[in-house]
Amino acid sequence: MTTKLFGEPVRRREDARLITGRGRYLDDIGAGALAAAFVRSPHAHARIVDVDVDAALDVEGLVAIYTYEDLTGPLAEPLPVLIPHPQLHAPRTGYPLANGEVNHVGEPVVMVVATDRYVAEDAAERIAVTYEELPVVVGVDASRAAQHAVHEEIPDNVAARHHQETGDVEPALAAAPHTLSFTQYVERSACMPLEGKGVHARWDADDRSLRVHTSTQASTSVRAAIAAKLQLSLDEVEVIAPDVGGGFGVKIVHPWPEELLVPMAAIALGREVKWAEDRREHFISSAHERQQRQEVSVGFDDDGRITALDVHIWHDNGAYTPYGIIVPIVTATQLVGPYVIPVYRVVVESVYTNTVIVTPYRGAGRPQGCFAMERTMDRIADALGLDRAVVRERNLIQPDQFPYDHHLTFQDGRPVIYDSGDYPALLEKLKALVGWDGVGALRDDAEARGKLLGAGMALYVEGTGPGPYEGGHVQVLGSGKVLVSTGLTTQGQGHETSFAQIVASELGVPIEDVEVTTGDTRRFPYAVGTFASRAAVMSGNAIALAARGVREKALRIAADVLEADPGDLQIEDGVVQVRGTPGASIPLRTVAVLSNPLRYAFDEAAKQATQFATHDDTKPPVAPGDAPGLEHRDYYSPLRSTFASGAHAAVVEIDPATWEIDVVNYAVVHDCGNVVNPMIVEGQVHGGVAQGVGGALYERMAYDADGQLQNASFMDFLMPYASEVPDIVIDHQQTPSPLNPLGIKGAGEAGVIPGSAALASAIEDAVGRRITSMPISPTELYDLMRSETAERTAALDRRTGVGA
Amino acid sequence: MKPAPFRYADPRSVPEALEVLAAEEGAKVLAGGQSLLPLLSMRLAAPATLVDLNRVPGLDTVEVTGDGVRVGALVRHAGLLTHGGAARVQPLLARATANVAHPAIRNRGTTVGSIAHADPAGEMTSVLALTGGSVTVASPSGERVVGWRDLFVGPLETSLPAASVVTSAFFPALPPRSGTAFAEVARRRGDYAVCGAGVVVTLDEDRRVAAVRASYVSVGLTPEVHDLTDAVAGSPVEKADWAAAGALARTLVEPDGDLHASADYRRLLVGVLTERTLTSAADEAVERTPA
Ligand SMILES: Cc1cc2nc3c(=O)[nH]c(=O)nc-3n(C[C@H](O)[C@H](O)[C@H](O)COP(=O)(O)OP(=O)(O)OC[C@H]3O[C@@H](n4cnc5c(N)ncnc54)[C@H](O)[C@@H]3O)c2cc1C
Repeated sequence: MTTKLFGEPVRRREDARLITGRGRYLDDIGAGALAAAFVRSPHAHARIVDVDVDAALDVEGLVAIYTYEDLTGPLAEPLPVLIPHPQLHAPRTGYPLANGEVNHVGEPVVMVVATDRYVAEDAAERIAVTYEELPVVVGVDASRAAQHAVHEEIPDNVAARHHQETGDVEPALAAAPHTLSFTQYVERSACMPLEGKGVHARWDADDRSLRVHTSTQASTSVRAAIAAKLQLSLDEVEVIAPDVGGGFGVKIVHPWPEELLVPMAAIALGREVKWAEDRREHFISSAHERQQRQEVSVGFDDDGRITALDVHIWHDNGAYTPYGIIVPIVTATQLVGPYVIPVYRVVVESVYTNTVIVTPYRGAGRPQGCFAMERTMDRIADALGLDRAVVRERNLIQPDQFPYDHHLTFQDGRPVIYDSGDYPALLEKLKALVGWDGVGALRDDAEARGKLLGAGMALYVEGTGPGPYEGGHVQVLGSGKVLVSTGLTTQGQGHETSFAQIVASELGVPIEDVEVTTGDTRRFPYAVGTFASRAAVMSGNAIALAARGVREKALRIAADVLEADPGDLQIEDGVVQVRGTPGASIPLRTVAVLSNPLRYAFDEAAKQATQFATHDDTKPPVAPGDAPGLEHRDYYSPLRSTFASGAHAAVVEIDPATWEIDVVNYAVVHDCGNVVNPMIVEGQVHGGVAQGVGGALYERMAYDADGQLQNASFMDFLMPYASEVPDIVIDHQQTPSPLNPLGIKGAGEAGVIPGSAALASAIEDAVGRRITSMPISPTELYDLMRSETAERTAALDRRTGVGA
Repeated sequence: MKPAPFRYADPRSVPEALEVLAAEEGAKVLAGGQSLLPLLSMRLAAPATLVDLNRVPGLDTVEVTGDGVRVGALVRHAGLLTHGGAARVQPLLARATANVAHPAIRNRGTTVGSIAHADPAGEMTSVLALTGGSVTVASPSGERVVGWRDLFVGPLETSLPAASVVTSAFFPALPPRSGTAFAEVARRRGDYAVCGAGVVVTLDEDRRVAAVRASYVSVGLTPEVHDLTDAVAGSPVEKADWAAAGALARTLVEPDGDLHASADYRRLLVGVLTERTLTSAADEAVERTPA
């Protein structure tokens, strides 16, 4: 088989294992471990008056109960503020177990360890916690009104005021021929990986070592956090992410309380301890995202070209800010999308509420930014009576403007400079793919069938692959097997396949010989993590560099043996040969054997490398500066992020009797630079679109005024099933990134970003009523259509025949 | 999300099951487990004993006669859905079960279990009411037949004493010159309905509308049958104003709002689904009425 696999739709090698039950997820580990369960706060805001564990003590099988009082040293301190920022002026984090106060329903108060999870829950149920309830703050508007404070010492509830501007926006707005101002909302949703979080810890007292498996997106950093919090030396702790059943952002947050408490208990008890999060716990004690109130003012000329944009956002960050203000920054900086915005000012106020913490969920603030920008485009088009595609087209950054500097500072602390792209071509492809110019005819056809049809589009640019770095290690064994490892983690993205493709292509070996390991600190201890669409960009490039290092060394050794010039050698199908000289070759596995001079022959192959088999006695067996073994470790650290882009269009049909919304066509044009594996990229896009549709039409976190999450189960939190996800048509465009050796841009989050914007636009187009908040369900659409205050679009008045 | 401790009994006969149910306070029947086990896992219910019916022989049959369809306590929704004989005698059964959850749940969940569960969001409680059906109940004092009106007391509440087993449900046959239809709106395919409607239209020998009845899903606290005849009585079927029947239905129901639908929206759907189902039920009634 060919070894040039980069760019080929190679089937995912991990799938057979994962879909036939041979995956090894967290709960598959440690069958005999003790189980942990938690008593969690039933109140959104309360002081803890008393914790009475007496009734639990006689539960048979109970092993231990821990409260805040049992935490010592750094464990008794607040959890870290992972990403500090000068504009995060009032950060707050919780404790591993609540210390006197709870700030959201679900906050852990007591940990119970028992012989199994059933018994642990029996005991937890008997623990009586007395609370004194405090006033509750739910939602951005209540937080902003600040009638009550989430944290007493922060009376205005504002954690951060993030502010960026590229010019003097007020005079620019005043000078604009036209202006529009409006307010809109995006609701909360959540990552909802099918596997919740989970931790298993085993302490080897003889070896003084702790092995932790955790369902994480960042095993190296969890390791550092455990060592710091439990006061262990880093070398005493190893952390492994086993197969992980989805992350989507929630597992990048760390250390979760359980990631510290489970190891703590394992050490204290000298027993294996495991906690596997259940679905209700995941709803009320993991993380959510997306709620924002957005106030937008835009100035534009007669052609619809934007002259100034002023955006003020209130971002609900929940009860604590362990992940800093990453989501606000991403919204603020990615909002501008593929457009030239001559003067831009953005303020994002990140505010506390008595709800589950808010941390990145696939898209991480971009869907909201896209919603602000794209709905602005729709409004400009509506005001001027222009086609929505035309307004967008007129505002696009042109291909000759790259690198394009927005004069903003991104989430990695580096400038927002777009490296490459072709946005007009993207838009053209999208229009062709969805049949934009034929929507009028579709609308007539739908009307004849008694349906309201509408189309919408949304474009985005996504900063991907932020640093600081990732590394890769490639090693050829004497068996010919190629071991590849990188420290970042995998949650189902297919890294075992795409990373293997990169190595097979770079090294010239069959992909079957390549084995990839991710997220295991025993194999690769330096890493950042999997988030921000960075795995292919960061680890992909690091692994490619490592493979190139191996290749160079292999050629050097082979050149010696073959008495040829390294420049005349090539590697194909795992064999090094002199170009154009058949027979003058040596298998790579033999090169690997020879790379490690031996005294002892443990098998036939090894004999070739022993002292009496090799002859050159003019040099030491290992030359100065060289190392034994055919392996190489390398790192990729980018100057700044690389910017992928895309455009989505949706066509919806609405039943004007029941107000059901059917997405009948969904088109995606996607540009992530050079593509390692188009099948995997399309899969990522499909998954993203599914989550985009979920966020637009189905999902919300239904908190009541008391801070109780009313839909904390899959019965009532409506993730779309496969049957709700539309068929998706995809077209690709490739503008390689000049920033990295492989020319890759990230693809992980793209699919989700424009969903709400495109669908809001399509629904608005169908019904002629302004959509100012998402998601929207049939019952809400019915309310909107009956509302006397709902704004009719100008486009509707240019048409006829729509009513409730 | 693990159940509290419970004792498990797996009797081999109905009398044996009743013995356990009578002897142990807080004992509960387990059928397909598709409603009961989630309640246990969320610790919303903690019965001391589960009496598993699944090994009791003879409860898994569908008996079809000219009078109607008798569905045994262990017949799964999937079994009823695909039972051709049952569909011929009472077409509503297959039409409604097709809307119950997803295949995986229909393969385990029982139709009788869903009636015993008395969930006003369940399709089959509503169908039992609309067809004028009943259940046969075994208890230590013997066996009796309980009509649907006497069965449903409130949401998730029946009139049956704790020590009883519903051995079967009986759905009377579709009367002559009648047609039925069933439709629902759910947020996602297979979800409990936001609103569902089942209707029966009966014509007279001149193909005029003689009777119209409807029953709804997820509307009200218990299943009810609404007589909509007044809106269309005596009208030649092809001219019947089904929209008027829908409008009448809207005035008769008292839906509640929840996370997924306001009361108003449910009322809207009652009207729309009534009109739509009546239109297709009327077609079937015409087919079944000799010209
Ligand atoms: C994801 C999901 C979606 C669903 N969607 C729907 C839907 O759309 N529509 C719908 O109608 N249902 C739905 N269901 C419920 C499903 O139809 C169940 O099968 C049904 O409600 C109960 O039947 P069961 O056999 O599983 O009963 P079980 O769960 O075993 O029992 C339910 C209750 O009935 C009692 N009971 C059961 N059988 C008897 C008997 N013979 N005598 C006396 N008492 C008895 C039990 O004691 C218990 O209280 C859904 C379930 C799930 C998990």
